[in-house]
Amino acid sequence: MIEKMDQIFVLLLHWLVSYLPASLQAAASTLLSVVVIVCLFPALFAFAVWMERKGLGRIQNRLGPNRVGPFGLFQPIADGIKSLTKEDVVPLIADAPIHFLAPVVLVVAVFMGFAVLPMGRNMVLVDMDAGLLFYFAMGATTEVSVFMAGWSSRNKYSLLGGMRAIAQMISYEVVLLLSSVSVVMIAGTLSLPKIVEAQNHYTWGLPHWYIFTPWGLAGFVMFAIAATAETNRSPFDLPEGESELVAGYFTEYSGFKFALFFLGEYLAMFSISGIATTLFLGGWSAPFSFLTWIPSWIWFFAKLEMFIIVFIWMRGTLPRLRQDQLMNFAWKFVLPFTLLNLFVTALWRFMGEGWERWVFCSAILLAAYVVMGRVGMNRENFRPRSYRYAE
Amino acid sequence: MLGEGILKGMAETARNFVGSFVSAERLTTVQYPEERIAPIENTRVFPFLVYDTADPEAGLRCVACQICEKECPPKCIFIEKSKDKKPDFVGKQQFYPTRFDIDISVCMSCQICVEVCPFEAIKMDTQFELATDDRFGGLLMDRKELSKSNEYYHHIHPTEAAEVDARLDEEKAKADAKAKAAAEAAAKAAAAPAAVPPAAPPVAAPPKPAGEGS
Repeated sequence: MIEKMDQIFVLLLHWLVSYLPASLQAAASTLLSVVVIVCLFPALFAFAVWMERKGLGRIQNRLGPNRVGPFGLFQPIADGIKSLTKEDVVPLIADAPIHFLAPVVLVVAVFMGFAVLPMGRNMVLVDMDAGLLFYFAMGATTEVSVFMAGWSSRNKYSLLGGMRAIAQMISYEVVLLLSSVSVVMIAGTLSLPKIVEAQNHYTWGLPHWYIFTPWGLAGFVMFAIAATAETNRSPFDLPEGESELVAGYFTEYSGFKFALFFLGEYLAMFSISGIATTLFLGGWSAPFSFLTWIPSWIWFFAKLEMFIIVFIWMRGTLPRLRQDQLMNFAWKFVLPFTLLNLFVTALWRFMGEGWERWVFCSAILLAAYVVMGRVGMNRENFRPRSYRYAE
Repeated sequence: MLGEGILKGMAETARNFVGSFVSAERLTTVQYPEERIAPIENTRVFPFLVYDTADPEAGLRCVACQICEKECPPKCIFIEKSKDKKPDFVGKQQFYPTRFDIDISVCMSCQICVEVCPFEAIKMDTQFELATDDRFGGLLMDRKELSKSNEYYHHIHPTEAAEVDARLDEEKAKADAKAKAAAEAAAKAAAAPAAVPPAAPPVAAPPKPAGEGS
C-alpha cells in the first residue's frame, strides 16, 4: 500500500498508457507527463503568488489580499483574467519579433529545466545521464531571453535592466555551477536521480543529505545565494529595480506577455529550488528513516514549498543591493569561497571515513568564512560610503 | 560575524509575521466597507445648509446674503436670491435662496464659507461617500440635497453645534427682549395719545415695529 502510494502517479501513467497500442505508448507517456508538469507548476505558481502576497502582507503587518474568495485565494485567478484582458502594447520602435519571442523563450527554457528534475521515486520525465548539465544549459538560456526583452524594447530602462540581468546572472551562474560541482565530485554522477539515490540512506535514522556535511552546508549556502541572484529575487532584484528602472527589462511589456515573464520568473524559482533540494536536501528522500512511509513526491514538494517560503521571507526582509555591492559580493566573496569549498570537498573525498575529516573540513571552512567576512567587511568598498560633498 | 545582520533581520520579520496573527495591536488594518472608525469630531468634507424646525423650506437659516458665494476661493457656490421674504428664526423678515448650488467637484473643503457666514447657516458635513457615476449632475449639490437639520448638525459636530445653538439662543433672547420692550413702548404710546397711527399692525405682528423701533 505504502509502495503504491509512493508510486501512484507512475502507476497511473502506466495504466493510462496501457490502453494505447504499443507503438504509441512511449510518446503518449512522455506527452502526458509533460502536460502534468505544464499544468502543475503554473498552479503552484498561482498558489505561490497568493502565498507571497499574504506572507509579505503579514510581514508588514497587513492583511494581504482578502477580497476575492475565502482568504483571497482566488486572487491569482482574478490577476490572470486581468492580465489576459489587458491591452498588449508593443512599442512602435521595438524589435517586434524579438519583443514577442522573449517571454516565450523564457517560459519554454524554464519549463525545459523541469524535464530532468526528479519529483519523486521514479518520477523524472527524462532520466538523463548529464541531467545537471542539461539543467544548467536551460538555466543559462533564460539569460538570453531576459536580454532579448531588454534589448528589443528599445527603451533605456529596459536595456539597463537587461544589462544588469546579464552581468548579475553570468556572475552568479559561475557560483551556481561551481557549488554544484562539489556535489558531483562526491556523488560521482551528473544524473539527478542518481544524486538523490546517493543521499537516500540513513545512519541512526538520520539521512545522508549533503547539507549535513561541512562542504555541503557551505555549498548549499553559496548555491542558495547564487540561486536567489539567478532568479532575480530580492535582495538581488536589480534587473527589475522598480525604484530605479521602472520595471527593468520588462518595462515595455503589458498584458499576458508581462504575465508570462512573471510566470517564468516564478517557475525558475521553483526549478532552482527543486535543483537545490535534489543536490543538497536529498531530493524526494524523507528527513528521518521512520518517515519513509510518506510518499516521496510529498517530500519533494514539501521541500520545494519550504524553499519558496524562505524566498518570500527573504524578500520581505532584505533591501535591494547596489550594483557594485552585488558584483563585489559575487566575485570577491562568494566565488573564492566556492572555490575553497571545491578544495575542501576534494579533501573530504580523499580523507576517508572517520571523524578527522569532519573536524578538518569544518575548521577550514569556518576559518575562511570568519576571515573573509572580517577582511571583506573592513575593505573600503564594503564599508558604508561617505560622501565628501554631500554632508 | 558575516551574515549576522541578515539573520537578525529575518528574525524581526518573522516576529512581525507571527505577531500579526496573535496581536491586534500589530495588525492595524480596518477593513473599510465592513468596519469603520467613527470620524473624529472635527472631520470636515463639504459644506451643507442647516435648517431649524422640521421643514427644510421654512426653517432654512440661509438668508441669501451671498457672502459665502463671494468669499469662496474656488467659486463653487451659486446662489439665487428670492424676490420675496420670509421670517427667519428670530422672526425677522429675510430673503431666502431660491437656488443654492455647491459644486463639490470644485469645492476644496477650506471652510471659508463657514467662517464668513453671519447666520450660522452653512456648516461642514462629514459625509464622504459621495462617489457617483455622473460627474457633472451627480457632483452638483442643490439646495434640497444640501439642506440638513440642526439635529443632524448636533449629531455630527456636538460641541460645535452646542456652541452655535447657545449663540443663537442668546441672540434670539436679545431680539425677543428688544421686541418685548418695543411692543411695550408701542403699547404705552398707543395708550397715551389715543388711536392716531393705525398703519403698521396689519402687515406683520410684533417684530416689525421692533425693527422699526430700534
